[in-house]
Amino acid sequence: MEIDPFIFRLSIFILSIFIGYYVVWSVTPSLHTPLMSVTNAISSVIIVGAIVAALATSSGNIFSISSIFGFIAILLAAINIFGGFLVTQRMLQMYKKKKDKKK
Amino acid sequence: MISANLSAIFYLISGILFILALRGLSSPDTSRQGNYFGIAGMIIAIVVTFLSIGNFSTSLVYVIIFLAIGGAIGTFIAFRIPMTAMPELVAGFHSLVGLAAVFVAVAAFLNPNVFNLGVVGNIKLASLIEMSIGAAVGAITFSGSIIAFLKLRGIMSGSPIIFNGQHFLNLALGISIFILIFFLCKTQSANIFWITIIISFLVGVLLIIPIGGADMPVVISMLNSYSGWAAAGIGFTLENTALIITGALVGSSGAILSYIMCKAMNRSFVSVILGGFGADNSADDKKDSKEQKPVKSGNAEDAAFLMKNASSVIIVPGYGMAVAQAQHALREMVDKLKKNDIKVTYAIHPVAGRMPGHMNVLLAEANVPYDEVFELEDINNDFANSDVAFVIGANDVTNPVAKTDPKSPIFGMPVLDVEKCKSVLFVKRSLSPGYAGIDNELFYKDNTLMLFADAKKMTEDIVKNLD
Repeated sequence: MEIDPFIFRLSIFILSIFIGYYVVWSVTPSLHTPLMSVTNAISSVIIVGAIVAALATSSGNIFSISSIFGFIAILLAAINIFGGFLVTQRMLQMYKKKKDKKK
Repeated sequence: MISANLSAIFYLISGILFILALRGLSSPDTSRQGNYFGIAGMIIAIVVTFLSIGNFSTSLVYVIIFLAIGGAIGTFIAFRIPMTAMPELVAGFHSLVGLAAVFVAVAAFLNPNVFNLGVVGNIKLASLIEMSIGAAVGAITFSGSIIAFLKLRGIMSGSPIIFNGQHFLNLALGISIFILIFFLCKTQSANIFWITIIISFLVGVLLIIPIGGADMPVVISMLNSYSGWAAAGIGFTLENTALIITGALVGSSGAILSYIMCKAMNRSFVSVILGGFGADNSADDKKDSKEQKPVKSGNAEDAAFLMKNASSVIIVPGYGMAVAQAQHALREMVDKLKKNDIKVTYAIHPVAGRMPGHMNVLLAEANVPYDEVFELEDINNDFANSDVAFVIGANDVTNPVAKTDPKSPIFGMPVLDVEKCKSVLFVKRSLSPGYAGIDNELFYKDNTLMLFADAKKMTEDIVKNLD
């Protein structure tokens, strides 16, 4: 009997939880705020679903209800992606060591 | 148009890049590089999605337009937001992820054939369960984050909102979501799908309103976790590896942060979620504190004198510093002290501020080098060997009661051993108790000098007196 592909996805999911667990424990506490903003940005990869919903309409009509939901989701996710990564970058730029500022 | 197998491999690559993005945060040196990995992963995921659809008709233009508008708004926000407003920004961003998850799930429900999930009225059972869970968690994340945002922004009062039967109502609604999903699977009825989403929105609101201001670090971390699980749910529906990996990463990241925050307050996750902390026990305490205990209070001149004659000073910042925007003035003060060869370090309690790492970002913004900033367990032994502790905007996290009085609501919470310093300077606007509603014993110690003023103004005055 063949294994349902769902089981493979579930395996990826569970192993990723373990990766997340070990990776996040190694994050230094002083970077917990950037951690939150960057996880926020990467969870907006949900935009790939939004793009499919917006573009791949069977009828070819992009103004069907489901693609409108797709377009709004693209907008929301895009705010998050740009905002999340850029604000993280802005924060990380501020973390300096002692030597950097004494030159 | 590229094959499904090839795009799956690219999605895996972007998942790996996201893991590296989080890995980079293990030290400030590698963190910037990590962020670039994250951006690269995102670009790959988006480009591959375009290529796998292979539809380059006019509709693509609309996608680009929406992407550009969203990108412009996001960029604008990212550059304009003050660092003190990070907690509400993150809460706001969580709500967007949640809402996007709901919309993608709705689109998949209305038009399942484009996602290969079956046809309307006959969606595959597994997909239906996945998308309804994704939609429900997304909806809870959305409305919960909106409430958290309003509370952090001060538009809504930060005090807990409690009514009779609250927990029972939440429980009933939570169970009803599962029952509705069950019936949704049986009937494929669109109406049940909408009702499930509406109830989930309601649960999100009800879940966050009883939680008070200082528990916000837990709430934000929890919502961070939810936004990940919502993304993972949608990832299963869309059979997309990048989304599944990312959802799992973000979900576990938020869960770990919630755990760290709860532990730093010595409270169980359940008691934070049930909420109402600090709302009811203030009544008895007021009677006790009516008997006026003597307090020594001083002015900026006294404080400057004490610090000038010290050889080591430890600064303990808290949420009050963020409210007063005192971080830059504080930095100026520290610069003056350092010129006099006084050793200055910063001690940060894990729950200082309104989100994990909040104080660290504010100090970094004020150009404080991160190797002068220490976490609770790394610096707690140093208080005994230091001359002055300068407490600015922190309160409950310094209260010695947590170590001595088993009856206190904060008993057992790890606190900074500020009282072991030779002298303590405590900047505070008044003697009012902190968030936990209990008196801080530290105020009445012989070696404590209270500085009653706004944190920023007091710090600026001390700077003047240090000359």
